[in-house]
Amino acid sequence: MTYDEILTKYEPVIGLETHVELGTRTKMFCGCKTDFGAEPNTQVCPVCLALPGALPVANRAGIEATIRIGLALNCDIAEWCRMARKNYFYPDMPKNFQTSQYDEPLCTDGYVDVTVNGTEYRIGIERVHLEEDTGKTLHVGGATGRIHGATESLVDYNRAGIPLVEIVTKPVPGLGALAPEIAKAYVAELRDIVRSLGVSDVRMEQGSMRCDVNTSLNLPGEEWGTRTETKNVNSLRSVERAVRSEIIRQAAILDDGGKIFQETRHFQETTGDTRPGRSKETATDYRYFPEPDLVPIAPDPAWVASLRESLPEKPSVKRARLREDWGISEVDMQSVTNAGAVELIEETIAAGASPAGARKWWMGELARRANELDVDLAEVGATPAQVAALQKLVDAGKLNDKLARQVLEGVVAGEGDPADVMAARGLEVVNDTGALTKAVDDAIAANPEIAAKIRDGKVAAAGALVGAVMKTTRGQADAKAVRELLLERLGVS
Amino acid sequence: MAAISREEVAHLARLSRLAVTEQELDRFAGQLDVILQSVARVGEVAAEDIPPTSHSVPLTNVYRDDVPTPSLTQDEALSGAPDAFEGRFRVPRILDEED
Ligand SMILES: [Zn+2]
Repeated sequence: MTYDEILTKYEPVIGLETHVELGTRTKMFCGCKTDFGAEPNTQVCPVCLALPGALPVANRAGIEATIRIGLALNCDIAEWCRMARKNYFYPDMPKNFQTSQYDEPLCTDGYVDVTVNGTEYRIGIERVHLEEDTGKTLHVGGATGRIHGATESLVDYNRAGIPLVEIVTKPVPGLGALAPEIAKAYVAELRDIVRSLGVSDVRMEQGSMRCDVNTSLNLPGEEWGTRTETKNVNSLRSVERAVRSEIIRQAAILDDGGKIFQETRHFQETTGDTRPGRSKETATDYRYFPEPDLVPIAPDPAWVASLRESLPEKPSVKRARLREDWGISEVDMQSVTNAGAVELIEETIAAGASPAGARKWWMGELARRANELDVDLAEVGATPAQVAALQKLVDAGKLNDKLARQVLEGVVAGEGDPADVMAARGLEVVNDTGALTKAVDDAIAANPEIAAKIRDGKVAAAGALVGAVMKTTRGQADAKAVRELLLERLGVS
Repeated sequence: MAAISREEVAHLARLSRLAVTEQELDRFAGQLDVILQSVARVGEVAAEDIPPTSHSVPLTNVYRDDVPTPSLTQDEALSGAPDAFEGRFRVPRILDEED
């Protein structure tokens, strides 16, 4: 069955759980720094290492950021709630439990609206709760050096205790064949909302935003099917691919008369499909209970009101405003949004480029390159400042379109800023009249018959000589200027 | 009726990674039962107007500012570890590990 055939037969229901690592300076329950890339186990203390007798104290900034996320997602904020212990034994958590929230999340019952193909879809938010990140484990040993054969794990607790916010959607039925795209659009919107709040850098490829995708299929009119949970979905593109491949996989099983088992699966970046995780020998039993070492959280309504007041412009409202400013159609704006280019273009304009110039590079050459490299646009290797600098070189006549493309290629390849690449690769437009005049004269001398025709008034023949000049200047001359100069030298103009 | 069964004790022992012998299961089930029954009696005397609580002091909203405090050095952090390698805690590989 093709994907479209599957969707005429089955109805998908999706749900998403997204983890966002907050960008606080210190961890959630201790004063250890959260700097990325520090030497292993240098940002740890008795609290986050769970040494005996250590007691946690909550970071106000973590609570505030969680409430702001909840407000931005149209949630109700709990008047009173508690942290809870989620008990499990795994070396990434030195305490043998994760401090999380269970039946009393800080924020509940919100929604996010996303637009796909001109239609708005409302994704319900079940809850937003606060918890802490785990340490990082490295698996080593074994004959092959692969994880499968690993004999031991090395643990770095620098990340353990960094505040993490989990955002859980309600199950979303009724999306049909668009379910994968809407899932992606939701995660993109969520990312934009969280980024606009300035509480996290929400970079999926660096793990500061991570996504688990739940998918099930049912026949029309029947109960929802058994869902699987796909983990390891770490880019916007993967969200879409993971939902699609899981729909296809489940449909094949159901069509065969088989059953879907509730299980955790892992998304494979390379193949785009999902593989079963190893099943746990015992059923999940976290034995949650209220955290006795942390007192309840009872956000002052006045504080919550002031946080609500100070929320930034919604990304959707901002997009409408930018669309107006840039003078582009709604369809074009949606492509810009889907490409993850809104902020990039905005920053490029702020760095001095025209809206059209900024959009041209990000949505053209750079989008193509990002697609080739299979990375998000923001990771393509060019910054807004560099794109603005490139456009300035074009505007100043130092680069033509073709040369600018080559310069951009160099920028993406890490050869430096546009001016550096232009100089290093010798790509500047030849504006030097002396050099150009010589090139034109050489072309005339080398093609006396064509030159004679032009002198006789057959101006159309000039194209061949312009081409010759462009060739000797390796495309670095302005064709229009070459033509004018050529006609002038031949006394026709 | 017992407040906790022998099977429940075995399950909890497994979750807690405790190797408990058959004999110990019998003994612990009996002991835990006494403890649980005793705690349950507190619930019997608590009137309707006494809400369940998880904290003995009536405090809420105890926070600290988002200001870094000194951490341990790597050597200090690892000083109590049974084993370490290249600045990291070294532990046996855990079964059921995800790839
Ligand atoms: Zn710490």
